[in-house]
Amino acid sequence: MIPARFDYRRAGSVGEAVALLSEFPGAKLLAGGHSLLPLMRLRLAVPSLLIDIGPVSGLSYVRDEGDHLSVGALTRHRDLELSEVVRREAPVLSYAAGQVGDPQVRHRGTIGGSLAHGDPASDLPAVVLALDGTLVAEGPAGPREIPATDFFCGFLETAIGPDEVLTEVRLPKARGGWSFQKFNRRAQDWATVGVVAVAGDGRGTGPFRVALVNMGLTPLRAAAVEEAAAGGAGPAEAASRAAEGTEPPSDLNATAEFRRHLASVLVRRALEEAMAGERTVA
Amino acid sequence: MSILGHRVLRKEDIKFLTVGGTYVDDVDLPGAAWLAYVRSPLAHARIAGIDVTRARQAPGVVDAVTAQDVGLAPSRMDADEIPEVMARPFLATGTVRFVGEPVVAVVANSLAEAVDACELVEVDYDPLVPVVDPSMALDDDVLLFPEAGTNVVTSIGEPNVEGVGEGSLFDGCEVVVRQRILNQRVAPCPLEVRASAATFGPDGRLTFYVSSQTPFTMREDLAKMLGVDEDRVRVIAPDVGGGFGAKIEPYPDELLVAWLARRLSRPVRWTETRSESMLGIGHGRGQVQYVTIGGSRDGKVAAYYLEVVQDSGAYPQIGALLPDLTKTMLTGTYDIPKAGFFSRSVVTNTTPLTAYRGAGRPEATAAIERSMDLFAAEIGMDPADVRRANLIGADRFPFTTVIGTQYDIGDYQGALDLLLEVSGYKELREEQAGRRRSAAPSQLGLGMSVYVEITNADEGTEFSSVEIRPDGKAVVKTGTSAHGQGHATAWSMVVAEKLGLSVDDVEFVQSDTDIVKSGIGTFGSRSLQSGGVATRRAATRVLEMAKDLAADMLETAPEDVVADPAGGGLQVAGVPSARKSWAELSGAATERGAPLLAEVDYEFQGATYPFGAHLAVVEVDTETGKVVLRRMVAVDDAGRILNPLLADGQIHGGLAQGVAQALLEEFRYDEDGNPLTTNLADYTFVSAAELPSFECARMETPTPKNELGAKGIGESGTIGSTPAVHNAVVDALAHLGVRHIDMPTTPERVWRAITAAAP
Ligand SMILES: Cc1cc2nc3c(=O)[nH]c(=O)nc-3n(C[C@H](O)[C@H](O)[C@H](O)COP(=O)(O)OP(=O)(O)OC[C@H]3O[C@@H](n4cnc5c(N)ncnc54)[C@H](O)[C@@H]3O)c2cc1C
Repeated sequence: MIPARFDYRRAGSVGEAVALLSEFPGAKLLAGGHSLLPLMRLRLAVPSLLIDIGPVSGLSYVRDEGDHLSVGALTRHRDLELSEVVRREAPVLSYAAGQVGDPQVRHRGTIGGSLAHGDPASDLPAVVLALDGTLVAEGPAGPREIPATDFFCGFLETAIGPDEVLTEVRLPKARGGWSFQKFNRRAQDWATVGVVAVAGDGRGTGPFRVALVNMGLTPLRAAAVEEAAAGGAGPAEAASRAAEGTEPPSDLNATAEFRRHLASVLVRRALEEAMAGERTVA
Repeated sequence: MSILGHRVLRKEDIKFLTVGGTYVDDVDLPGAAWLAYVRSPLAHARIAGIDVTRARQAPGVVDAVTAQDVGLAPSRMDADEIPEVMARPFLATGTVRFVGEPVVAVVANSLAEAVDACELVEVDYDPLVPVVDPSMALDDDVLLFPEAGTNVVTSIGEPNVEGVGEGSLFDGCEVVVRQRILNQRVAPCPLEVRASAATFGPDGRLTFYVSSQTPFTMREDLAKMLGVDEDRVRVIAPDVGGGFGAKIEPYPDELLVAWLARRLSRPVRWTETRSESMLGIGHGRGQVQYVTIGGSRDGKVAAYYLEVVQDSGAYPQIGALLPDLTKTMLTGTYDIPKAGFFSRSVVTNTTPLTAYRGAGRPEATAAIERSMDLFAAEIGMDPADVRRANLIGADRFPFTTVIGTQYDIGDYQGALDLLLEVSGYKELREEQAGRRRSAAPSQLGLGMSVYVEITNADEGTEFSSVEIRPDGKAVVKTGTSAHGQGHATAWSMVVAEKLGLSVDDVEFVQSDTDIVKSGIGTFGSRSLQSGGVATRRAATRVLEMAKDLAADMLETAPEDVVADPAGGGLQVAGVPSARKSWAELSGAATERGAPLLAEVDYEFQGATYPFGAHLAVVEVDTETGKVVLRRMVAVDDAGRILNPLLADGQIHGGLAQGVAQALLEEFRYDEDGNPLTTNLADYTFVSAAELPSFECARMETPTPKNELGAKGIGESGTIGSTPAVHNAVVDALAHLGVRHIDMPTTPERVWRAITAAAP
């Protein structure tokens, strides 16, 4: 419960953070700290230097850019939950952010940290995947864009380079039908399985995009379900293909077999809800 | 009007809600070194070698000791049932027997340095085959203590070799139901983990701060370990953040702190981490139960048999003795003509089992209450009706059960009737029937338990003193040791009521062996009926002394002296001007060489048996297996209630923990004995979000066993609620053919049960 020895530096700008990352290969960025610090306390992560990007100004925002929203990497879950723009233009993100952990976690954790951590059990990565988002990472060579579908490479692995900072997430507006089904044993827990469904054309009539939480090494798009739904299959029929292409883990909360079953139930419920059309966040 | 029976606010809360409590870790101990333990990563292994050289050389390290350096005799719980060869060493000696067992103690100038140095200790282990499943421990294929020749620690009763046929307990039964029921191992999880701190004064006396329910036991064990007289040891339990039974028995890793402080001539302190605590503090429950229940189709139960395999963990402690209490409460609230019990306690390569809220009684209640529902389901009768047909009548107390337990007083029928009424049972059954007809994915389940339990089970005494201070306020010093229960308020009420003082004018002292003369502690729902009664008697004595004194001073007869209705002193009845304040009385008494002080060692008149009836209403999502507790209705009768606010607090906490066992919590190991649930997330510790607002209805049937009429209320909530919730989950699925699901009823278990029952 006591982390190994580490140094600590505060970065005042993205450029400074990138420079420090380049200079100290054993360094890690610190955002909300709610994924990194628990690992450090268990000594599962032992960075030699923490670069605190909390002081970087101008990285916490939600902007309406016409056809899409831009969200700063340091935007906290709680801000996403409350943001009027997000509630209107991408309600599924607002709702999902409100389902993360508990209030303390939501007040500290950031969307950038959540995506960069690359945990398949996290909620927001699957939402960004279902929304067909684009991520912006900045390194020594300047910023570059990474489509969400290329971003998650493996368990806790993403496309961000060791000397890059994730700065922004761009999300196409999604005002149509949506659903976020999070199944867990306690309100504060990560999802045993989670399902995100959004209507692709923003009007609630499909094609539907569906993403899965905790059904493999990365957050996943349920391609078979999307294909079935696009071909006119009803929720139950499409949902029967929920587990195709997944490799769910077995852990204390569920075996892989049970996860596959849950995925089909939750995908069906998600599609039913999303197909019912536009809905505001309660 | 008496203050007793009123919802007096907890006077201790002002501190907790403003500046906070003072726990062991908060105690200021200048110059103290920090202790951290290297713990076994293996469940069962021989220690081939330990090298502490690098650790000793690490920055800030003061000492690193192994069992060899310590050289203390192993400590064994003082109970004849526990074999000498199974005694637990202070540090693992030769063999490690569970993951988390302390192997090396490292002391450094700072906690961080101690933890860093632990990583430099090298221990060579030769793995041995672990014994994890208690049922497999019975086979004795692998022995934890080869010298013992068996893994069985102790046993009670005889196995039912006749089965259910002719000549057996169940001879003549129309219906017999059998079931294996797991009463799973749980972790008590007090929010304050274990901690202790030791410092020796210039006079060579030890002062020991510890998070404990039993400071006097701690003093005894420390004196024994150090080889000194008990008066050389002072034990202080400051504010204690929960214990739940797991802080009754002193642990070697907390005692060793004092030994190290003496060795190093320097204060030493230790606070375990949560992950350590999940392995280090004793676990609870851990019974594999085999029930057989038989009777007739009209709902009458004729015979009941319970066989128990009790997991004791790696070193037998209280856990090994829990079956004794399970047997005591075998037949619960029912008049069952024939009953049998057989238990074996076995050692396994897991964390030792100890007392946990209820300790042996919840296991008894779970077994009989599940059995009642199994029997009801088999004969197709409403579980409430089956219970009614078998409850011991209110006119039959004191009642001696077939197993020989004598219940003091009760009204079980009354509790059940009240429960059915306040819960709206009939309407709930109708709602359930409607849902079943509609085949909705969300089904309703109703589960009940009508429980009785035993409190203050041990014979003996408890101490309290009451004294009037020179300023006219009273001070009560008691041998019980509250750790959240609210004794400061309750004991002050008892004194205030007798002496006509306000609750705030009573100072409450506990848990310091130098200030309180003697004591036993707080556990087993014993305190009010032991220390509380002692306090009342002490206050009564002080009042008598004061009346004699006042009569003398006011030149009247003691019978004419009464408490001043305005408070603060005594007066001659009807003559307000003839009055002496408590300060005046205290001064005069001291002058006369007979201070207003009474010390009482109250000897109890036997155990008391609180009872009640609980109903749980659950919704089960039959597609995902998720259970949501919708309502928890509890009727609890713990005799006369001193302060309903405090009683409700005990009931609420108890219900939460009981519900948690039914739905969420289980301490799990893999087959190699690796613990899997070593933090509050993996352990799925219950939170408020998983619980409904509890609905409590009270009954008060005073016990004749003490003048307060009080029974214990600390554990009832846990005891009654677990089987109620458990029964509710099974009930929700009964129409699908489900007969039993082991606890905790996780979504996956529920889903599998539904799938298995499907035609
Ligand atoms: C008790 C608890 C419950 C939780 N429950 C949930 C839950 O139900 N659902 C859920 O989704 N999450 C949950 N979380 C995780 C939480 O959402 C985290 O806050 C989030 O995953 C990480 O965000 P952070 O800002 O805290 O990142 P940090 O912990 O600071 O960082 C995480 C990782 O990302 C890297 N990083 C951070 N920011 C950047 C950046 N801008 N560019 C590049 N790399 C970066 C860090 O170096 C680190 O490796 C829970 C956490 C806790 C402690």
